Amino acid sequence: MLLFAATMVVTRRNPVQSALFLVLTFFCTSAIWLLLEAEFLAITLVLVYVGAVMVLFLFVIMMLDVDVAAMRAGFVRYLPIGLLVAIAMVVQLVMVVGPQRFGLDKVAAPIRHAADYSNTEELGQLLYTVYMYPFEIAAFILLIAIVAAISLTLRRRKGVRHQDISKQVRVKRDDRVRLVSMQAEERDD
Amino acid sequence: MSFDHTMLYLTAPEITLALLASAVLLLDSFLKPSQRVLTYIATLLSLLIVFMVTFATHVDSSLMAFDGQYIRDPMSDVLKLSLFVLMAFVFVYAKDDLRRRGSERGEFYALGLFALLGMMIMISAASFLSLYLGLELLALCLYALVAFQRNSASGSEAAMKYFVLGALASGLLLYGISMVYGATGQLGFAAIAERLQQGQVDAVVMSFGLVFVVLGLAFKLGAVPFHMWVPDVYQGAPTSVTALIGSAPKVAAFAMAMRILVDALPSMQEQWQLMLIILAVLSLAVGNIVAIAQTNIKRMLAYSTISHVGFILLGLIAGTTVGYASAMFYALVYALTALGGFGLLMFISRQGFDAENLHDLKGLNERSPWYALMMMLVLFSMAGVPPTVGFFAKLAVLDAIIRVDLLWLAITAVIFSVIGAFYYLRVIKMMYFDKAECSEPLQASTDTRFALSLNGLAMIGLGIMPSALMSVCASVFA
Repeated sequence: MLLFAATMVVTRRNPVQSALFLVLTFFCTSAIWLLLEAEFLAITLVLVYVGAVMVLFLFVIMMLDVDVAAMRAGFVRYLPIGLLVAIAMVVQLVMVVGPQRFGLDKVAAPIRHAADYSNTEELGQLLYTVYMYPFEIAAFILLIAIVAAISLTLRRRKGVRHQDISKQVRVKRDDRVRLVSMQAEERDD
Repeated sequence: MSFDHTMLYLTAPEITLALLASAVLLLDSFLKPSQRVLTYIATLLSLLIVFMVTFATHVDSSLMAFDGQYIRDPMSDVLKLSLFVLMAFVFVYAKDDLRRRGSERGEFYALGLFALLGMMIMISAASFLSLYLGLELLALCLYALVAFQRNSASGSEAAMKYFVLGALASGLLLYGISMVYGATGQLGFAAIAERLQQGQVDAVVMSFGLVFVVLGLAFKLGAVPFHMWVPDVYQGAPTSVTALIGSAPKVAAFAMAMRILVDALPSMQEQWQLMLIILAVLSLAVGNIVAIAQTNIKRMLAYSTISHVGFILLGLIAGTTVGYASAMFYALVYALTALGGFGLLMFISRQGFDAENLHDLKGLNERSPWYALMMMLVLFSMAGVPPTVGFFAKLAVLDAIIRVDLLWLAITAVIFSVIGAFYYLRVIKMMYFDKAECSEPLQASTDTRFALSLNGLAMIGLGIMPSALMSVCASVFA
């Protein structure tokens, strides 16, 4: 299922379809993680990737008019060499990462835990103790991502109308309403 | 894990820099564009403070913290201290260049400081996890900096190439790490080395992982055949950013190679030695020969970087403490030399015009004899002409290689260096014997002039007395 979905992601002509197949890929991956008893990671994968990232992704794809034909122009030309490299890689991978090296006799199956075992709690315990240093570096990476994204996209254009909130709050009655004393008009009956 | 204050003491440089970089970022957001010089001063002050903190807390033996995620040893201290000096030069040179382009924004300083933090984390990494995170922190800052000039199409193109290839390299590296983890069940470098020592590790899985790790490493170092991004990025990025990319990260990449290959995988030395020999010979050949054909000086310096990376790899190939010390010396010297080259290039540029092509250097001697002399020293050092320091760096590496009976490799390296000397000398010929195409006087602020002179004189100063730095490098591996 996972392999099928992943293949579909790269072969579909329609980007929306491949995005949807990517969702399927994430679902399958999270199912595998569930089988490995990594419940927290499986749920996070579904919530974060399927729920948030892919939806944004779909929005972007639908908003941008992607010219698929132009992107495929070089496809046939580079196909032979790409295929050659890919086949060589796959053969090596299958030879190395096979059951004879990573089978159950080499790597033991995960221990079955009792029903009250909390995956989330264990993960939290590790994350905030043993892996505290990497955890904090990750925080800085996120900070940099924000700074970089803002510095690359924020442009102050002249002539763009926008609200100045503090000015709006500070406004007084006199600035907006002008009392004009006028002579009462005579009624012409 | 038990928490005690020695951990904070050991990681004091990283913590200080993280706080100071955040402070610079905050400070800058409160400043008007005309007060940008305050950010610059704060950045240099931060470097000074973190230099003093690192120096005050330096260690004589290797100590671990954070459950084997962090290591502090003499090598990391020396490398960090030299990084602070290198980064100070980068910021001084970059200031004028940014102002001239009208893109002096505070983010440059903040991102530069965070990139430095990433490099420090890489240097002090004791496990694959912290190494990878440090690498990503550095890379993310550099991607953003390459695209710093938002209106330049070539900058965006370079950033895009850098980003895609960098992500690919990270993927390869991670895949290799996962293989190593699969074979040993460990992420810490010391633990991996121990497991390998004991045997009982699947050799095929290990070498498969090693191949991918070395590929990722070669990508980050910019060694042939994984060098395609180097010329494009060097050329496309603003010169100030090129100066940053071309100098300090090479030192960090050297540390990364040391940590992975020497700390974690010493028992696989025969295998990685062979891979590095291929990378080194190709880098020396392609770097030096293709550089001859370049007319853009930034591109030419990019190819020269590739050939210098070959030399750094030669030191690692030797696989002895002498070899590591010489590679470290080479990396430090090269970073300083490259910085001088890019600094002078920025100095020659002027309003609305970037010195990019070789003929922009024509007749530099008529325009400014002193800075032509500085440029000549820098280029001589790159070519390895005595008495500049580049000569001694090459000599040390070749000496280490000959000591392990790899004479053919040393001869190859010398032949390609001689070929490479041609394009450095061609630039010198242009500066001294060709007519200047424009006679506008060169302008720069006092601190830039001072730093440039210092940088150029360091080439000859360190060349006359290389023993001081050399003995420091040797002592950390003793």
